[in-house]
Amino acid sequence: MDPKNIWITFPELLTWFPLIAGVVAFIIREEKKVKSWALIASLITLGISVASLVYSDNTKYFYLNNVSYFWLKYVGSNLTLGLDGMGHMLTALTAVAFPIIFIATSKTSFKNANAYYGLMLLTQAGLMGVFTAMDVLIFYFFWELAVIPAYFLCSRWGGERRIQATFKFFVYTFAGSLLMLIGIMYVYTHTYPTPYAEHSFAMNAFYSATLSVKEQNWVFWLFFVAFAIKMPVFPFHTWQPDTYEQAPTSTTMVLSGIMVKMGIFAVIRWLVPVFPQAAVRFDNIVIGLSVVGMIYASLIAIKQDDLKRFVAYSSIAHIGLMCAAIFTQSSIGLQGVMIQMFSHGINIIGMWIVVDLVEKQTGTRKISELGGIAHKAPVLTIFLVVIALANIALPLTNAFVGEFMMFSGLFKFNIIYTAVALLSIILAAVYTLNMVQKVFYGEANAVTNTIQEISLNQKLVLGVLVVFIFLFGVFPQPLLDLTKDTVMTILTRFK
Amino acid sequence: MNAIILTAAWGVLMMLCGAFIKSKSAPKYLAIAGLLLVLISNCLELGTGASFFSIDVKDMIRVNSFNLTFINIALGCTLLYFLLNGRDIEKVGEHVSEYFALLFFVLCGVALISTFNTLLMLFIGIEIVSIPLYVLTGSDKRNLKSNEAALKYFLMGSFSTGIMLLGIAFLYGGSETGSFYISNIISGNDPMPPMIAVGLVLLLISMSFKVSAAPFHFWTPDVYDGAPTVFTSFMATIVKAAAFFAFVRLFENAFGSMHAQWQKLIVILIAATLLIGNLTAVFQQSVKRMLAYSSIAQAGFMLFSLFALNGMAKEGLVLYTAAYSLASIGIFAILVKMNDYTIDGFNGLAKQQPVLALTATIFLLSLTGIPLTAGFQSKFYMLLAAVENGQHIWLVILAVLCAAISAYYYFRVIQAMYFKDSTSSAESVNSSDISLSFKLLLVITAVLIIVLGMFPNFITDWLYF
Repeated sequence: MDPKNIWITFPELLTWFPLIAGVVAFIIREEKKVKSWALIASLITLGISVASLVYSDNTKYFYLNNVSYFWLKYVGSNLTLGLDGMGHMLTALTAVAFPIIFIATSKTSFKNANAYYGLMLLTQAGLMGVFTAMDVLIFYFFWELAVIPAYFLCSRWGGERRIQATFKFFVYTFAGSLLMLIGIMYVYTHTYPTPYAEHSFAMNAFYSATLSVKEQNWVFWLFFVAFAIKMPVFPFHTWQPDTYEQAPTSTTMVLSGIMVKMGIFAVIRWLVPVFPQAAVRFDNIVIGLSVVGMIYASLIAIKQDDLKRFVAYSSIAHIGLMCAAIFTQSSIGLQGVMIQMFSHGINIIGMWIVVDLVEKQTGTRKISELGGIAHKAPVLTIFLVVIALANIALPLTNAFVGEFMMFSGLFKFNIIYTAVALLSIILAAVYTLNMVQKVFYGEANAVTNTIQEISLNQKLVLGVLVVFIFLFGVFPQPLLDLTKDTVMTILTRFK
Repeated sequence: MNAIILTAAWGVLMMLCGAFIKSKSAPKYLAIAGLLLVLISNCLELGTGASFFSIDVKDMIRVNSFNLTFINIALGCTLLYFLLNGRDIEKVGEHVSEYFALLFFVLCGVALISTFNTLLMLFIGIEIVSIPLYVLTGSDKRNLKSNEAALKYFLMGSFSTGIMLLGIAFLYGGSETGSFYISNIISGNDPMPPMIAVGLVLLLISMSFKVSAAPFHFWTPDVYDGAPTVFTSFMATIVKAAAFFAFVRLFENAFGSMHAQWQKLIVILIAATLLIGNLTAVFQQSVKRMLAYSSIAQAGFMLFSLFALNGMAKEGLVLYTAAYSLASIGIFAILVKMNDYTIDGFNGLAKQQPVLALTATIFLLSLTGIPLTAGFQSKFYMLLAAVENGQHIWLVILAVLCAAISAYYYFRVIQAMYFKDSTSSAESVNSSDISLSFKLLLVITAVLIIVLGMFPNFITDWLYF
């Protein structure tokens, strides 16, 4: 294909389309119409994403996946968007997640539905922008742009304590990203000149910035804190359970399914390659924090009585492993992270859908008040059990592949960390099976007696998720092939 | 040159108009017409370099694209301010045309202090700015608070002017050539003579007073709170921006070669201003007072231009003044319409007045410094300039932590508007007060803020025209 004939590229389509669709959604007053519009828009985005996967080979279709316009020419920042393997995978995850979320929560009615769906689509645009930005200033823009709509979503449509909880979330992430901004500026002043400016914000300029080891050592932490808050890694996680609990469930799905991947993504794209020496130097600290966080979150998850907080803590445990695996500097660990980013997104969204269904029907999220749902809703229970098993990372499920590879990477790095981290798998089995047993098995009580089997829509979305779980459980190769290039880039930076 | 003479002349005209025209709304239209005239003539001067008046000023005033751009911003913001607040100015008291005349005199002073080339011109400019402001602060004659504020402002202001004069005297005596020209004060790179050092510190103190940098900020909250809200808006935006411009112009041209020696003082000023402004703003219940403290906090950010004193910092300062003025004029214009100035007074505004709430949100986001707004770009330029300077990175870190704190108090208003319900049955604003054109102007301001946030080069390119 002649590059001159291309007038729009995939990253542009993926970013601008949800943005425009979101703005349009604000204008549609009727709730039904705006719901259908949001669903159609997200399906079109999914179509674009699938098309981009067909043309994902950057050696052949580079011009379809990369684009750059002048922006702040004399400062050295350009509107550069691009899709590499990891970008393709995460934009695909984002594109898959939104239609699923919209279908799964289609029964839920929102006040001011136009604003709700508009903000959801804007969040999607922000996320797409983060995953496609190849210029660090653009990345920062989208990084914030994804949070602002999420803040409004949680504070307006959330639970009782929503205002405080989401405000905590906002201040945490805002403070983190401002620290990152200083880091960005500092690295910027050490980059090479462009034809128009003394320094540059381009990704390649950042990768080749001339920072001394000493400088790397402290600027590393400015970036790391921002990303650690987003993931979240212990001890920066305290906003998460509150926010997940108080946010409307469909927003929680976005937050936990995709937005936490922003943190992992950012570590892989912007932290490790820019500060490779600092990353090697501080690998023990970061992995140590991650492992502590895994065990800590798992132990707390066992004690949780609220289903939403339960899922939140179990998510912290899983994210911790991913963060640790990045810093093992091994190919197998990084590949595991790539697979797990996608799998975790799928699994946790499934988990939230089930929680949402249970809450909507019974009106409670207390594990102690529920029980015996299996008798009343066997299909729901089957789906839940599959998703729960994926949460424990049992073989045949997608999470097993990723976690196995990550543990292998960690094992190569240090056996003690591995041994401790492995405890979290046992703990995961304890808390997940405990939850399944208490909520779905046993005797039905007054609360759960009225529960009904799920509708066709819901069966459909859960079915799709379960297909993903098994598909990538037995055949993860496509994900590995897709993200090969990113893994190679990171590994060469470590050397 | 155009701006200085035309504003002064139009001010006189406005005064006379008060004697001959009885209609209450006429002065407003006359003022807007005059301001348009000044703005166009200033744009012509920036575009073609030609002035209507050719007066030999003995180089006491120096005009270049940099300060012309700034005057343009000041005039443009004032135009917006007149359009948004014209009706509210009429409501303050009986002497409408005099208020407008005084505002024009302030603008004349603003033009002077952005183009001065000698210390005398600076002094005259500062006085021309201050004296009308003392009057405007006390213009709500029957209000005790307004009177108190005016007296306080006058006493503190004349005190600081006295300090400035003393400083100027020291500099005059200390300079080798005995000259008021700012470029002649320091000759060569020798260590700073003690007389010059004393003069510098005195000027620093008096200018810090004018821009309300801590610890010389104590007048600000009382004066801003006591003055009629429409005039607070003018003081906190255009006047403050101009004072900053003069501050940087003075210290860059007069003491730029000794930057390293006084940079430490600026560091202390910045740290104190950021901390005091932000931490105190957190505890305010009245939005007006909160905005007064926030203006102190924003001054802390603007001081970074003095800290860094490089090209980026100057661009950043101009951008900052534009971004900050636009957002503050917008939020003050909404505040004037509110029946209750406390944060709770904003409860449920989004339901009653969605346009006001949405634009207020954009203004507050811009003041916080969220990307895609002009406020982000200006903070970004400032901090980038400071990082490029290379020293005292901890100060930059302190600044961003303070920006995170500022999110707390700005977002409280957003929370009140969107997430809380109104407690009283009365309306938060008189809907009869809100005309369609007012809403339209607010939307235009908000769009301007977002456009500047995406393309800051619309302003910065003019600096090198």
